[in-house]
Amino acid sequence: MNLDNEAKGSEDSLEQRETAGLSQGQIVLRRFVRHRAAMISLFVLVFIILFVFTAGGLALGNTENPIRIMGWWQWDFTDLPPLQGVMGEPTLDIIPEFIDGTGMQIGEHPFGQDSIGQDYFSLVIRGAQQSITVMFIIGAVAAFLGTVMGAISGFFGKWIDQLIMRFVDLIITIPTLIIGAVIGIQIGNLGVFFLALFLGLVSWTGLSRLVRGEFLTLREREFVDAARVAGASNLRIIFKHILPNAIGVVIVSVTLLMSGAILLETALSYLGFGVVAPDTSLGALISANQDAFTVYPWLFWWPGLFIVTIALCINFIGDGLRDAFDPRQKRRISRKDRTEARALKKQS
Amino acid sequence: MIQYILRRVGALLLVLLGSTFLIYNLTAISGDPLEDLRISTEPNAAFLLQKAIEDLQLDVPPPVRYFNWLIGILGLGGAAPTMGLTVEGSEVLDIIGLAIPISIRLVIIATILSIVIGISIGIISALRQYSRFDYSITFIAFLFFSLPIFWVAVLLKQFAAIEFNNFLYDPVISTNWMIGLAFVGAFIFAGIVGGGRKRFLITIAAAFALNFATLYYISATGWLITPSLGPLLITVMALGIAFGITHLSTGIANRRVLFISLGLAALTPVFYFVLQPMFNEAFDGSMMLLLALGTIAVGFIVGYIFGGDDRSAAGRTGMIVAFLCAGLIALDRFMQSWDEYYNNEWIFGRPIATVGDSIPEIEGDYWMTGVDAFTHLLLPTAALMLISVAGYVRYSRASLLEVLNQDYIRTARAKGLTERTVIMRHAFRNSLIPLTTIMAFDFAGLLGGAIITEQVFAWRGMGTLFNTGLAKFDLNLVMSVVLITSVSALVFNLIADLVYSALDPRIRVTK
Repeated sequence: MNLDNEAKGSEDSLEQRETAGLSQGQIVLRRFVRHRAAMISLFVLVFIILFVFTAGGLALGNTENPIRIMGWWQWDFTDLPPLQGVMGEPTLDIIPEFIDGTGMQIGEHPFGQDSIGQDYFSLVIRGAQQSITVMFIIGAVAAFLGTVMGAISGFFGKWIDQLIMRFVDLIITIPTLIIGAVIGIQIGNLGVFFLALFLGLVSWTGLSRLVRGEFLTLREREFVDAARVAGASNLRIIFKHILPNAIGVVIVSVTLLMSGAILLETALSYLGFGVVAPDTSLGALISANQDAFTVYPWLFWWPGLFIVTIALCINFIGDGLRDAFDPRQKRRISRKDRTEARALKKQS
Repeated sequence: MIQYILRRVGALLLVLLGSTFLIYNLTAISGDPLEDLRISTEPNAAFLLQKAIEDLQLDVPPPVRYFNWLIGILGLGGAAPTMGLTVEGSEVLDIIGLAIPISIRLVIIATILSIVIGISIGIISALRQYSRFDYSITFIAFLFFSLPIFWVAVLLKQFAAIEFNNFLYDPVISTNWMIGLAFVGAFIFAGIVGGGRKRFLITIAAAFALNFATLYYISATGWLITPSLGPLLITVMALGIAFGITHLSTGIANRRVLFISLGLAALTPVFYFVLQPMFNEAFDGSMMLLLALGTIAVGFIVGYIFGGDDRSAAGRTGMIVAFLCAGLIALDRFMQSWDEYYNNEWIFGRPIATVGDSIPEIEGDYWMTGVDAFTHLLLPTAALMLISVAGYVRYSRASLLEVLNQDYIRTARAKGLTERTVIMRHAFRNSLIPLTTIMAFDFAGLLGGAIITEQVFAWRGMGTLFNTGLAKFDLNLVMSVVLITSVSALVFNLIADLVYSALDPRIRVTK
């Protein structure tokens, strides 16, 4: 029992020693870097983003005046190359020669070709670009609106609070997929950018509630009174004094919102209310090819794998951020830490 | 309190007015519901067009039409309340009436199972924090979170239905599969049990042997084609349930409660034989409900009478034990109908269905239709559950960890309570309080159905109605779904707030 207590004491001091002399940001960063799953996810996500945007290039503008910047991949998602092989099966082979006799290769169409011969690699890359774009735009719009609305609502209270919160209720009442579908059917043909923008306009409500809650407690604190006595304006108090203290809540819930956004976009496109032809998205690809699963299984696997990987990465990053921002979070004390602490105690 | 509820209901109605107005107009300007008719070359197209425009009031601008629709729903126009007509000209109210039970059937089982399974896994995961089991569960939960449901659904159709049905032609499990499945099962079980390395290995070995023997029996006897439990196995399982439930509720050390539940379990084989002749063609759902309620009542009364000092705890334990044991008997009876179902001419020897909610052609008693419902529910329920189980695992784990850090848990331990009492009575119950809000949201979603799942599995529920309605710009159909989901979301939200304040005395709703 005695030994236990000692170990406990040294664990606490260990924690204190680690954070001594560091700013809040440094502590958070340090905790985040230590979260292995989150760091791996961050690397994978950055890699995927760089990969899909360099490979596929950029397709901007609208259907009348397309602006194209070509990527390094030889096919474009609108090309119609001749069918290779029996039915356009994938040419990607990652099993080395000494196992199955054929060498490793990427080939003409690594992900195969779809039923009309389009290069599936470029289609999936294009779809992933769309999903990532949607994810970031929804995230940015919702983060901005949610923070500002929540801050105003929580800081000023009274009728402004009532007005904003009733509006939030109004949006929250309607299931996301329903409101997304109604928006998608209006905006879907304008391209993915506008779709994401409008979806962002209805996705900020949950975040604003959280921010409001934080503001309600923080605005009663002494440092806010101190700032006010020192003559700070309302805007300055909101953005310089209160918001930095609530930033953890914002960042964590925006990451979770982004993983929800990517699933929302794929679901809408799957139902046909999101991105429309000739453009494509991961959900639309799955929707178009799901019935051919037994014949062309690759048409089904690749887009799904991209969705799952991207969403999984975002979720893990969000988890890492939540742990990093949570002041009560104690990391697991490993055996190595214990011996270190004991050695330190002996020295002193 | 009443004043608070009235004020909330007032605000609720205003919000409802706003959201329905918004969606109504957005949908109304999305497209033309009569496009098919306009390009139609039928000789009476012009007449039909004119009639549809009159029926649907398409010549009235949407904001005004919204108020007409509202008057119709509230029955203010002197007529009976109506939700208007679809584009095809049938009453929306009738269609909704058919769709709601189908959606509820689909979603309610998935929701209840997700809650029970998710919370159980989350609790174990929290108690074994930072163990192999905890890390694996966390990873799996995140993975399931990230799965698009329509993708999972197609995989399930392929592997859990088509391939499984193929497998049923010759249900022999190969040795490799047996070893693999038995090992995975044993590994998970050992992870749950926990303990040091030695105990871990012993548990794995024992569980592996048991799993392997079970799988061998299933394979060798063709159990998957002619499943049954039989009185012997039922008795063994009932005694197991009695031990397990007593261990969780009061602990084995409480002999009195243990004997009560063992006594109830020992009655199971008796009831098994008594009930068999009752389970005939005349048996139906209401009798089932009556039996279930009767069992619960008997279990509670037995526990309460013989419970001694621990009356209510013994009553609760008896209630749960009796219910689960009776469930075994019912399960066995359903299994007895499996053979007949499997050989039915409508099944073609492929029992697990990939589409639809039932096969109406199948004639049979309560048990046959029950099996039919099961085979149709299996895949969509699994798809829905994967995702919501993951949510409940994460929430209940976080919630229990939060509670375990509280001072009152330290007090409970300090005054010498057993670990079981601390976890089950003090920590577990309090950790459920924050989950009520999430549960309320899930139950609110019941009426709205599952838009994507219904679409993939071709169920004719509310989700499908919304889909077809939106694709055809059928305003009245879309609005009926929106209205029902919004109302239930708001009502359940209100209920959640009230329940929350009742469970957690620190929160006062009246403020």
